[in-house]
Amino acid sequence: MRAWIISTVVAALLACGQVRAAEQTLRVIAHADLKVLDTTANTTYITNRYGYLVYDTLFGLDSHFVPRPQMVDTWTISDDRLTWTFTLRPGLTFHDGAAVTSDDCIASLKRWMARDAMGQQLATRIAVFEAVNPSTFKLVLTEPYALVLETFGRWGAPPFIMPAKVASAPMSEVVTSSIGSGPFIMKRDEWRPGSTVVYVRNPNYVPRKEPPDYMSGGKVAKLDRVEWHYIPDANTALSALTTGEMDYYELPPLDFIALLKDNPEIEVKVIDKLGVQQFMRPNSLFPPFDNFKARQALLYLASQEEFNQAVVGNPDLYLKFCGALFMCGSDNETDAGSVKAPDLAKAKALLAEAGYKGEKLVVLQPTDRPPYNAATLVMVDKLRAIGVNVDLQPADWSTISIRRARRDPPDKGGWNIVITGHGGPDAANPVSNYWIGANCEKANIGWPCDPKLQAMIAAWSHEPDRDKRRAMIPALQEQAYTSVSYAPMGQFFQPIAYRKNVTGVLEAGMPVYWNIEKK
Amino acid sequence: MAGFILRRILMTIPVMLVVAIVVFLLLHLSPGDPAAIIAGDNATTADVEAIRISLGLDKPLIEQFLLWIGALLQGDFGVSVFNKVSVWTLITQRMEPTLALATVTMSFAVCIAIPVGVLAAWKAGTWIDHLAMGIAVLAFSSPVFLIGYGLVFEFARTLRWLPVQGYTPMAQGFTGFWQHLVLPAISLGLVFAALLARMTRSTMLDVLNEDYIRTARAKGLAPGPVLIRHALKNAAVPIVTTIGLGIALLIGGVVVTESVFAIPGIGRLTIEAVTQRDYPVIQGVILIASFVYVLINLGIDVAYALLDPRIRY
Repeated sequence: MRAWIISTVVAALLACGQVRAAEQTLRVIAHADLKVLDTTANTTYITNRYGYLVYDTLFGLDSHFVPRPQMVDTWTISDDRLTWTFTLRPGLTFHDGAAVTSDDCIASLKRWMARDAMGQQLATRIAVFEAVNPSTFKLVLTEPYALVLETFGRWGAPPFIMPAKVASAPMSEVVTSSIGSGPFIMKRDEWRPGSTVVYVRNPNYVPRKEPPDYMSGGKVAKLDRVEWHYIPDANTALSALTTGEMDYYELPPLDFIALLKDNPEIEVKVIDKLGVQQFMRPNSLFPPFDNFKARQALLYLASQEEFNQAVVGNPDLYLKFCGALFMCGSDNETDAGSVKAPDLAKAKALLAEAGYKGEKLVVLQPTDRPPYNAATLVMVDKLRAIGVNVDLQPADWSTISIRRARRDPPDKGGWNIVITGHGGPDAANPVSNYWIGANCEKANIGWPCDPKLQAMIAAWSHEPDRDKRRAMIPALQEQAYTSVSYAPMGQFFQPIAYRKNVTGVLEAGMPVYWNIEKK
Repeated sequence: MAGFILRRILMTIPVMLVVAIVVFLLLHLSPGDPAAIIAGDNATTADVEAIRISLGLDKPLIEQFLLWIGALLQGDFGVSVFNKVSVWTLITQRMEPTLALATVTMSFAVCIAIPVGVLAAWKAGTWIDHLAMGIAVLAFSSPVFLIGYGLVFEFARTLRWLPVQGYTPMAQGFTGFWQHLVLPAISLGLVFAALLARMTRSTMLDVLNEDYIRTARAKGLAPGPVLIRHALKNAAVPIVTTIGLGIALLIGGVVVTESVFAIPGIGRLTIEAVTQRDYPVIQGVILIASFVYVLINLGIDVAYALLDPRIRY
């Protein structure tokens, strides 16, 4: 009897040990601290990535940027292209066990459309948006709109589906719940803001049967636990990855890439084939940039390689030149209208034609954003070389975020030029790339105004045929390069790094944690 | 003494009120606010404005202040504007690592510094004194982050004896707790040890030249009792002051050390809140830190009276 008890206890302990040993935990060095859980109010990448872990989406883009169904099982479009009917996959449940219904989808979409620029484009065309039954909902449009699926499957800041009771709260209330229907569940009791976020596998998640492809296909959570650790010091983060304390580094500084590549235990990989585009944003409200010729002058300041040398350094990680406003490598890539070679004399002449006579131009310098900061310094050097009287005003990003939203004249707290950027998939079409929008007062900061360009964007969004839409891009881009909502500074790629015992890392444009295994 | 302690505690009320007003005004009059950060880089102006309104940042400053101070008087520090976690919860979450680091660091510093300082004073002018003070100057002059990186490189990356970063609460096991604190405590403690050793040496030298020390030696007392019982006790007041201020500094947060070793302490909480303009968190942390400063100063004053019977309040 005694021997039986001992052997049983030993067997139980061994089994327990095996379970523990088999449990897979991925320790991730997150690129930022997760501060805001509201994926509709907040468009930061860290909140977006949190969203992809805990929530699911109706559609997801595949690697050709075609929207594929995710939560949706089937959908139909009426002959007049006005009525869209969507049916959800069976078996979808939230983390609290409640079934995902049409009401949840409608409430979530309405909340998201109130905030997101691409969602607002769709919202203005909706006549009826209602549930047909618990798993089917109907969208009736006032006019045909080609980008319904693209809108539902948007890559950055997509409409995540949350419970209706959460999504229907007033917009003034920030969402603090993290109950979704995604492949992972956030462990709220283990959340340490500023330090650690823990997710565990959602045992009730039913992935699609298709293989994963970019943001579409089966989201099979193979890890039991994903831990995000926020390590603010890059040297410490590098050491933690090197020693194996951490498994995955979301955003290793570009300076460290060569060092990481030399380490035989570490894999360095670009998972975002479209990369990042940085650009100069002139303020079109005030001289000289209220004149399109002054804005055009920015295109001739420097080669993209000069900017990327300062920002990235490693030539393997940037394109020498990309004239496509909608990103090289995307379906909408074209060089039409672009300026390849710098020409300081021409830049100077264009500024003079715009009436610039040496007035002080306020340039905002974000000192705590290294890529923006480096690009700003190159730009200022070139501006000074053509005789621009630059008033360089350094500040942290928080201050600049407020400052750049002001419409005051530059000498009264406003500004003339600021540098910013966006992720490739968001920039890849004229609607999701809302920095290109030139609808005057309603445009994003800088408030460019070009009715002709706006009309071309609208026509593009109404065209249902993908090939025809593609054919419209060169003319649209030429017009964009004429009025210059922004002047691109090049396209570069930010790799991730992980230990080689981590497999199944997907090229989804951003780190996603389904399909990953740790051996 | 009891009356003195009570008076000092009551004096904290106007001090805290002044701190509250100054901190609130400084924060709200400085440029930037959290709305733009909550909205994210790609937000439109309208998005940012909507969030400003939802946070109440569009209200007059005096109204915002009265709302905050009213809640504070009811013990409500508010919630973080970002993650909506209560400020008190955030502070208590961060207090354990900070207190642990402060305790281990100061214990390490005191254990090293007092004997070294006493020894240097006793052997003043000899090679022992020069060596001890030379090392102290070197340690005091070395940036903490440099010492930290050096220790990480040697003991974590090369020898793999200790973890690079992070913090394990004591509740999850003493070994992990201890292992995570060794390197940060040493890198931070060396600076305090150097400061304390120099302070101890200096005050000990003054005391060792006093007549009563000469008398004690003349009576034939061994060097140990002379140094410890007669000299060190009388030299203790400035040393205790330095230790107290050191503890206050450590509890207030040591940003560089916490960042280098990724310890989620009060220092990082403060810096993150400042850069993000998380007003309730900054206000809460500074108020608590001010209160702790006042208490520690009170503790130092009480210690004076215990160490030196001539001091009466």
